[in-house]
Amino acid sequence: MALTDLFRKKSSGPRRQSRADRGLLVFEHTSEVIRAEKLLKESGREIRVMGPPPEIQKGCDLVVEFPLMEKLDILRTLAEAGTEPLETVPVTGPLLAPVDLFQIKDFGDHLMVRAANMKLTVEKSTRTIVNVSGGGCPDVPYIAARLIGRTLDEAPAPREIGHTLCGYALELAHAEMLRLCS
Amino acid sequence: MLIIVGTVPDPAVPVLDASAILADGALSVGDRALPPDRGTPALLAAAASACAFLGIEPPHAMLVGDEGLGRGSRELYRHLTEVLPSRTCTTLAFHYLQPDVDWHNKVLMAAQAMAGPPALVADAGFMYAAKMSGMAGEYALFTPDAGELAFLADETAPHPFYTRGFILQDENRAPELIRRAYEHDNAATCLLVKGSTDRIADRTGVLAEITGPSVEAMEAMGGTGDTVTGMACALMEYGLPAPKAAQMAAQANRYAGEAARPTPASQIGELVPHIPNALKRVMEELP
Repeated sequence: MALTDLFRKKSSGPRRQSRADRGLLVFEHTSEVIRAEKLLKESGREIRVMGPPPEIQKGCDLVVEFPLMEKLDILRTLAEAGTEPLETVPVTGPLLAPVDLFQIKDFGDHLMVRAANMKLTVEKSTRTIVNVSGGGCPDVPYIAARLIGRTLDEAPAPREIGHTLCGYALELAHAEMLRLCS
Repeated sequence: MLIIVGTVPDPAVPVLDASAILADGALSVGDRALPPDRGTPALLAAAASACAFLGIEPPHAMLVGDEGLGRGSRELYRHLTEVLPSRTCTTLAFHYLQPDVDWHNKVLMAAQAMAGPPALVADAGFMYAAKMSGMAGEYALFTPDAGELAFLADETAPHPFYTRGFILQDENRAPELIRRAYEHDNAATCLLVKGSTDRIADRTGVLAEITGPSVEAMEAMGGTGDTVTGMACALMEYGLPAPKAAQMAAQANRYAGEAARPTPASQIGELVPHIPNALKRVMEELP
């Protein structure tokens, strides 16, 4: 394919947008938007303040657009500064909700929980995390290396060391596993 | 040449651009040893093992350390845009990388400026970016699992985390999701959908299904999808068309898994040594 075709294709089609990997942070007050913008820009994030799309019915008249894949890391940064958003939504579909269905598989000695594209497996008798599977963001192998071989009590929660949406999905699987093994 | 692009979970690792060598179960890229226990190193180990069995040159790796903040991925993307146009390869595979549509498009342009150009394979994070960019059709092969297939089938989803609820991650509905992914131009020319039944598909529908041997514990093991993709890349580099390479890789992965006799606690490194025999068996059965 010629490069000219690439450019032509890129600009055609209703949803061929380069900002498909972005999300929106919705805040209650404009002052929180300003604080979040300063905080995130100072930490080197690629963000911008803009008006909300009509689908968003809550919050103030401004939202912060951010790299959606870095959701977990950005939410942690905002929480540490006491500037948590009302909600986060994808630019491609502000009404999209995270996957909230868990799939549980019992292997006998082991229990596996899947949330979205992430799976976590624990040895029942010792509550040791034996495997992490799935996902595509680079923090998955990073988190897996720090969870595998540790018990549910010893291992850090994925929300503490993850950075991406895959890390967020693994956090959900981890929380569900804690609930099932409590 | 087969080039494999991805990350390792150590932010201290700089951009590496060197051959991947597997010797006695130990993987190295340049002078750096990388445990092939998960992620791109697992894919590389499988590809290196398969290349050695097939008698072709070992894969070339372009890697960087990234713990999920995306800094390493962006550094590697920059490197790729600079070096790819002057490189030559026949198969170019992208793996665990921070999904970033702008960088994806720049890297795709650089890849398509290469002589040939090479057949493109995407899995994991780079596959997410390829789908979001609307350029999925430029790829020869995607290798999603069930959750990722649902994401490809949902034209609005920016990540598997946001796949809409009515698009169930039900393996029995895989043919329907495959059709939906192609309807919205969100699939590569060939799909290898990894699951309890592996399915090879293209725009016309499911071409082949692989159902056995069924090794249930492999569903829990991290890296089993990576070894399939690594073998598929090696078989494409060997000269097989993507659907045939994908079918043989999926079958060989099951044979290797069966030989490893895994439990849900087994690690992927236990499967890699069985790849040569598994490929030998597949090549005899599926000539």
